[in-house]
Amino acid sequence: MQLPREALLRAYRQMKTIREFEERLHTEIAKGEIAGFTHLYGGQEAVAVGVCENLTDNDYIVSTHRGHGHCIAKGCDVKGMMLEIYGRRDGLCKGRAGSMHIADFSKGMLGANGIVGAGAPLAVGAGLAAKLDGEGSVSIAFSGDGACNQGTTFEALNMAVVLKLPVIFVFENNHYSEHTGASYAVGSGDVGARAAAFGMKVIKGNGCDFFDSYEVMREAVEHCRAGNGPISVELDTERFFGHFEGDPQRYRGKGELDRIREQRDCLKAFRSRVLEAGLLTEEALDQVDAEVLALIEESVDGARVGPVSLPEQVLEDVYISY
Amino acid sequence: MAQLTIREVINQVLHAEMERDSNLIMLGEDIVGGAGTAGGQEAIGGIWGTSTGLYDKFGAGRVIDTPISEATIIGTAAGAALAGKRAIAEIMFADFVGVCMDQIYNQVAKFRYMFGGHSTCPIVIRMAYGAGLNAAAQHSQAVYPLFTSIPGIKVVMPTTAADAKGLLTQAIRDDDPVIFLEGKMLYGVKGEVPDGEYLLPFGQARLAREGSDVSIVTCGQMVMFAEAAADAMAKDGISCDVIDIRTSSPMDEEAILDSVENTGRLVVVDESPPRCSLATDIAGLVASRAFSSLKAPIEMVTAPHTPIPFARELERAYLPNPTSIEAAARRTLGYR
Repeated sequence: MQLPREALLRAYRQMKTIREFEERLHTEIAKGEIAGFTHLYGGQEAVAVGVCENLTDNDYIVSTHRGHGHCIAKGCDVKGMMLEIYGRRDGLCKGRAGSMHIADFSKGMLGANGIVGAGAPLAVGAGLAAKLDGEGSVSIAFSGDGACNQGTTFEALNMAVVLKLPVIFVFENNHYSEHTGASYAVGSGDVGARAAAFGMKVIKGNGCDFFDSYEVMREAVEHCRAGNGPISVELDTERFFGHFEGDPQRYRGKGELDRIREQRDCLKAFRSRVLEAGLLTEEALDQVDAEVLALIEESVDGARVGPVSLPEQVLEDVYISY
Repeated sequence: MAQLTIREVINQVLHAEMERDSNLIMLGEDIVGGAGTAGGQEAIGGIWGTSTGLYDKFGAGRVIDTPISEATIIGTAAGAALAGKRAIAEIMFADFVGVCMDQIYNQVAKFRYMFGGHSTCPIVIRMAYGAGLNAAAQHSQAVYPLFTSIPGIKVVMPTTAADAKGLLTQAIRDDDPVIFLEGKMLYGVKGEVPDGEYLLPFGQARLAREGSDVSIVTCGQMVMFAEAAADAMAKDGISCDVIDIRTSSPMDEEAILDSVENTGRLVVVDESPPRCSLATDIAGLVASRAFSSLKAPIEMVTAPHTPIPFARELERAYLPNPTSIEAAARRTLGYR
């Protein structure tokens, strides 16, 4: 399906925003500006954007510890996210979440998650709510090749089938569960086959290619909105960064990071595809690049000087106090 | 005596015990790291650096990297133990026990008693706990009250390098399940460690500071804050007992009672939230068994009844600290 020019520009802008957001965080974290553990999404942008460009604010997503890309793709405010990651009180979750727990319910973004495998059951619940509401919303569970080995994920796959819920299980296979290879940790080596074993259709695609991810997801969303129950998508992708920032990545092969950045960069692939097909101009893409860089710069500048949380705010939003 | 960090001590004990007992196995997520990657095995040695070198020495049969599957990590350790092995299971962050609580709570802890005393379950479940790294709500919790409340498991949390050696060795040789808690802020703590074989029995508190005015009873990551508070007060001529309980199950009740009988004042410091905590547990013990010794109400310095927030300022406000501990101690002294 040919996307209109505006949709192409928006998809590119979203992917570029995620990339620059993560590249900049990588730099700022190395400077010691940001506390806590941060898991960067760079390299996987085509998945988040390919998925979320098929959704509206009325659809739900449940994310992972590597959640920044899902947040941006689902429409979370970039400046609010940056403030959150800097732990500022004007952040999306008032500085209580940090990188690992960003949520924005106005956008159907039900939260990043620090527990591997915790997301899929939550997505089943959101899918149940969507089915009961009967307005055609769908629920997305983002899981990695690590989470596909958790019992919670198996239970969620099964229950979504049993209850025939509009849930799409999106498996982002970046080949690493933390510091261990999927070829070791995923028995059978076939992530999608896990979902198939529970009786749902599985569509596989290239998670380093926006167009492929988008098409696979379009089919999955159509299936779900039509009331056919759950479906699963496995997108093969690459993690450009370590498991967390500070990970020395000694498990990588020689030249592996250079090679995946050279050969499997979804932004490069997008650019060459739309330029060769004459769908967008170099100038239009460059302009998006400049605007994105300016947005990230503003976000970091704002986050750096954002007001810090006050000690008494520890006790806000608590419904039982002692 | 060697000067070692707690991280180094844990690694040395694991090496020594794996060497000593060929029936002992280890398993967990990324305890080796790099399985199925181009970089190859032994890429990580545990994200806390505690299992370095074990895979090279003892091989994949005994040093086992697992998929991310906490419930089955504990189940595998426990099942192997029922079938005659001894096992050390690692849960990377203590918070992840949420995923495997059934295996601990309903399985491991029940075996010996429920099966009529016919089985033991010699496993150690190691896990990194505690706040201080701004790791937010799901990677920072001090989970010891959960485990302390469960009959059938022992709960251990060393705060010095020497204690780490004695207690981990004891835990591994113990025939019953032990939760061995490693403070994230304590891995780098350095201290003198006895050479050779060194075991510390469970249920013996450590007197970290000796004094006669106030008893400060605490454990884990809060011990260093209690010591700092005691040292600050010492400058004003106030002397405190600082009791590091070291193991919360079994707990050295006599050491706590003896101290309070001597000082008449008790401050309990606990990194976990206040309800059903070690703080309330110890306060209850003293109130019921040393009531007549008390010269002032018991003070409890705990985290608030909230999840753990991310931001530096918020986490700092969440945790007890030397200032809040000192203030509590001074309140007991100023009573009436």
